[in-house]
Amino acid sequence: MQQIINFIIRFKTTLLFFLLLLISLFLTVQSHTYHRSIFFNSSNRISGSLYKTSNDISKYFKLNSENDDLLEHNQELLNKLFNASRADTMELDTAGARYRVTAAKVIKNSFGNRKNYITIDRGTEQGIRQDMGVITAKGILGIVEACSKNYSVVQSILNTNSNINAKIKNTNNFGSLTWDARGFDRVQLEDIPRLVQLMVGDTIVTGAMSSIFPEDIPIGVISKFDLNVSKSFYQIDVDLFNDMTNIKNVYIIENMDRPEILELQSTVENDPE
Amino acid sequence: MIRNSNFIHILRFVLLVLVQVLVFNQMNFLGFINPMVYILYLFWFPIKENRMLFIGMGFLLGFIIDLFSDTLALHTAATVTIAYLRPAVMRFVFGVNYEFQSFRLSNTTRVQQFTFLALLILIHHVVFFTLEIFSLANLLLILKKVVFNALGSIILCLLLSSLFSTSKE
Repeated sequence: MQQIINFIIRFKTTLLFFLLLLISLFLTVQSHTYHRSIFFNSSNRISGSLYKTSNDISKYFKLNSENDDLLEHNQELLNKLFNASRADTMELDTAGARYRVTAAKVIKNSFGNRKNYITIDRGTEQGIRQDMGVITAKGILGIVEACSKNYSVVQSILNTNSNINAKIKNTNNFGSLTWDARGFDRVQLEDIPRLVQLMVGDTIVTGAMSSIFPEDIPIGVISKFDLNVSKSFYQIDVDLFNDMTNIKNVYIIENMDRPEILELQSTVENDPE
Repeated sequence: MIRNSNFIHILRFVLLVLVQVLVFNQMNFLGFINPMVYILYLFWFPIKENRMLFIGMGFLLGFIIDLFSDTLALHTAATVTIAYLRPAVMRFVFGVNYEFQSFRLSNTTRVQQFTFLALLILIHHVVFFTLEIFSLANLLLILKKVVFNALGSIILCLLLSSLFSTSKE
């Protein structure tokens, strides 16, 4: 017993080091899994409000270009609205709507790491929940991963954990969108079978399989494709429409039917044969 | 006197964290270079202090940076490692001299200080990027990131430390 205590006293620094190192390694490994702890991220109150303050100051330097972007987006939406062939009355009641959109601002963005997260200034108070989709006017951005009262952390599509259902526009050939961390303007589309006709420049949009994003939200265009090792699927590089380094205004999409879809799917999966 | 130096440490801690998360984490020079200047805190930390306290401070510093940059606990692992290895690095750089009571960082030569800082940054970055990328298949990517980020960190740390260094006179 005496010897054990002596040993501990002698090597207390080393033991402390290994203890702390183990804690940090444990947290690192834990963060490799999809759902991370709700508290230990930049959406908590202190870091959230610090980023918010810094953002409140720096946003004044970008107001002009922000306005131009919004104007462009409005013009696009108005074009769509006036050319839509539909009844000339709009339903004002939103009870039947399938998607609900909330606007938010990015207060912290990152794209240089392998696991990139974006912090936005809306949280549970504004009705944001985990697993809602986040898009910009140009294309998809990511999925809400954790929320605090007034802030949320979004798992960017530039994250090696990210996996989003996507398809080639105007077809129903879908695959999954991943990122290999080699560049912040390019993501990868996998699992498209080789018999699909592809062209460089084809547009990639979100697929209908996801209960997070609505169908046909733009993602990017094919910049390069070749067959993978097994020669049965394509390995496709997609150039993003979004400039991931410069994002300010985002929209969070809530799919009202998602709980119902998930519930239905879980009853099937739990069914024994 | 003691309270005064504690105050300086706390102020330095807070300022370095702020400058790291608000300025240098947003730099993304060439798309991936984010200098890590908070290592200066561990560089400046008094030599005579308790080693356990030093490792504890390293943990705290890394953890706070991790919270802000959503990289749970990569920075922590790296800072704890350099906090633990610092005495060994110092013995390597300054020889047995540093164990004397009269030893002060400001009394050493510029080359020694530079080597000391560079070694700390290099160890930190090797641990950090190995854990971040976490696969030997991407060894080249790890090397590329370590080399360029270390260059960036060293340059900025030197600039910052020369800005705040107490004059030798």
